[in-house]
Amino acid sequence: MEPILKVEGLTKIFSSKGREDYTAVDGVSFSMMPGEKLAIIGESGSGKTTVVNMVARLLDATSGMITLDGEDITRAKGRRMKGIYGKMQMVFQTPADSFDPRRTLGDGIAESLVNRGTAKKEAMARAEQLLGLCGLGKEFVKRYPHEVSGGQCQRAAIARAVAISPKLLILDEATSALDVTVQKDILELLTTLKEERNMSYLFICHDIALVQNFCDRVLVMYHGKIVEEGIPDDVIRHPKEDYTRNLIDSVL
Amino acid sequence: MSEPTIRTQNLHKNHLKTRLAIFGVLALLLIIGSNFSEYLCPYDPYLQDLANAKAPCSFAHPFGTDRYGRDMLSRVIVGSKTSIYSTLLLVAFITVFGTVVGVFCAWSGKWVDTVLMRISDMFLAFPGLVFALAVAAVLGGGVQNAIIALAAISWPKYARIARSQTLAQKEAVYLRAARLSGSGTWKLIFKHILPNIFGPILVTAMLDIGTMMMELAGLSFLGLGAKPPVAEWGSMMSDTRNLLTTHPWVTLAPGYAIFVSVMIFNMLGDTVRDWLDPRNRRREV
Amino acid sequence: MKMSFQIHPNGAESRARIEGRTEGIIRYEHVDISYNGKLAVHDISFVVGEGEILGIVGESGSGKSTLIKAAMGLLGRNGLVTRGDIWYNGHDLPDLPPKEMRKICGAQIGMIFQTAGSSFCPIRTVRVQLYEFITEHEKMGKQEFEDRAQGLLSRFGFREPKRILDSYPFELSGGMQQRVGIAAAMLLNPKILMADEPTSALDVSVQKQVVEEMLMVRETFGTTILLVTHNLGVIRAMADNVLVLRGGEAVEYGNAKEILADPQSEYTRKLLAAVPKLRR
Repeated sequence: MEPILKVEGLTKIFSSKGREDYTAVDGVSFSMMPGEKLAIIGESGSGKTTVVNMVARLLDATSGMITLDGEDITRAKGRRMKGIYGKMQMVFQTPADSFDPRRTLGDGIAESLVNRGTAKKEAMARAEQLLGLCGLGKEFVKRYPHEVSGGQCQRAAIARAVAISPKLLILDEATSALDVTVQKDILELLTTLKEERNMSYLFICHDIALVQNFCDRVLVMYHGKIVEEGIPDDVIRHPKEDYTRNLIDSVL
Repeated sequence: MSEPTIRTQNLHKNHLKTRLAIFGVLALLLIIGSNFSEYLCPYDPYLQDLANAKAPCSFAHPFGTDRYGRDMLSRVIVGSKTSIYSTLLLVAFITVFGTVVGVFCAWSGKWVDTVLMRISDMFLAFPGLVFALAVAAVLGGGVQNAIIALAAISWPKYARIARSQTLAQKEAVYLRAARLSGSGTWKLIFKHILPNIFGPILVTAMLDIGTMMMELAGLSFLGLGAKPPVAEWGSMMSDTRNLLTTHPWVTLAPGYAIFVSVMIFNMLGDTVRDWLDPRNRRREV
Repeated sequence: MKMSFQIHPNGAESRARIEGRTEGIIRYEHVDISYNGKLAVHDISFVVGEGEILGIVGESGSGKSTLIKAAMGLLGRNGLVTRGDIWYNGHDLPDLPPKEMRKICGAQIGMIFQTAGSSFCPIRTVRVQLYEFITEHEKMGKQEFEDRAQGLLSRFGFREPKRILDSYPFELSGGMQQRVGIAAAMLLNPKILMADEPTSALDVSVQKQVVEEMLMVRETFGTTILLVTHNLGVIRAMADNVLVLRGGEAVEYGNAKEILADPQSEYTRKLLAAVPKLRR
């Protein structure tokens, strides 16, 4: 079976005038198999968000290669992106900020459908359906991001992400800003959707306990490099690196 | 243990909607009034009546008459057409032009941004009104040329605002989400960026109406704007300035008109800014 | 003092402990807090003894931050303690005139925020700001301040106190800023420390450090701590007693260990069940 995502030697160096070059990501390589839930754990400055932004083509890589579903997307831009974003979607950390404050949730969800040629009316109907799938009533189509709670907004964001049935869903700290009971509900929703739609999840997180309960495999990042990888149970019980050991010991 | 203390709260009533309605209606009345000014004049504003020249305020002539015996109230009313319309045209132009340049710079980045911003810096570097005077003098007088002169020096401000607003929105999370939805550059700009930068630009424009009106009047006062017999408040004040000590109403009437109009537009601008403030928005929900 | 909500029954001892304690160092009695006429917190009563760490836990909208802001007069123009009293040192805090409140704030009741970094002015060094903070309440010469500040920072485990004082806030990492914030709050040795989500914005490794430092503060200085958080792990590690809030109302109150081991309220049980557990 071909990996759904393959990252090889991915590097990102930020350079600004008058300052030293800053290597945010240094030669990161990993692959994800279809149907897998892969977590990337790391503290602030570890580079995990930068890796994910490069995979999602929101940021250009300095060097390395990113292959999505067999296609090299490292330098993809412009018209190619429509096809690529048909296979890969993202859910962000701050749900309310990930929607245009001047547009309704329904509009946000319908946008990806309309961009692919669906008529506006039909797209809105689809949006209602998707919201229902994610546990929200029809009235949420007309609501604005600031009118709903964090959990409700994140459900809408998930509805938007799965609207075009992507194969890979990137969850960038998608539950970190939510209350713990809401987090539990969202994770349950994600599990259900994954089974129904055959998706793979790339899960960026800082909560190692969450990763142990939700993900199949984990990569630990530190200062731009992957320092450890494996099955969560193994990594937690038998960490190979001091850094990982410290991280696990710090959990209260 | 004693009974718990009770304290009552003074609720701050939000009069925002009321203020918006009041100033909005007043501004609208001004604009409509100026459009239909010919019908509103009690007398023909160009009709001279030398016998009745320089008459003080009376029931027949609430603002008195000028040196040619023309009714001041009518002159002021008819002057509104030129003064208000020219101002609105000017503000509309600089807003649109400045915004287009600003958004273009912010979106393109790199050398396009640098070049256009330096050009706008050049315009900003000239001392405003003096430059406008120079341009107006070169082009000759007249309201149109005055507008061109003022437009030339005023657009950079909007370009700067639009540019910084666009730069901020470009980094916003929702824009990343929109990109992932497959929206291309034009869609991102028109559907997402413009509606979100609209607020601060609108407020600046509304507050600028008053400023532009004063500058236009200023240019006219200096003889570079409207030429007689066109009624325009600034030129009316200029023509009659030597009467200020003897027959003040002739000079002051158009002055009051400028004052009242500028006040109304400024208050409207203030209220629109308060209304668009996201903190006020949230509370209404 | 009558308690109208659930106290953990298993602690006949804890009940007696709480009911017997009418004084304490800070006492909330039937406190209602409203924002613009809408009730945010309803009928909260609790007593905190000297040197105790009380954890106030709840989800968003539970009113937990509002509760401690009320003590410091930080409710803003639209907030008010519409009913009830907050007793400290014989004063009813909501009724204190601003001048009196200023004397208490910082010197007797200190506060740490979620992002201590943003409570620092970005264009002045740490030293300048700490000096300003201290001299608001106490007269102190520059050398005496330097000694006290450096001594305190060393106590907190900072290896280069002078460098910290020389720095601008943005030159320190988020975790450092938070730890400096706590040290700064302790400069005047307040009797009570109010901590509003002090660990929420921090990396896991720094969280542990901050929790340990706050426990050290209580051990060394005998400071009473009111800790607001949504993180039950922090409560478990630090709190003596815990008050569970939901929708502005108290759901459970009592000894932290007892409640976390055997919660009486349905809601507390739901909260505990939702937290992902690390299986070592």
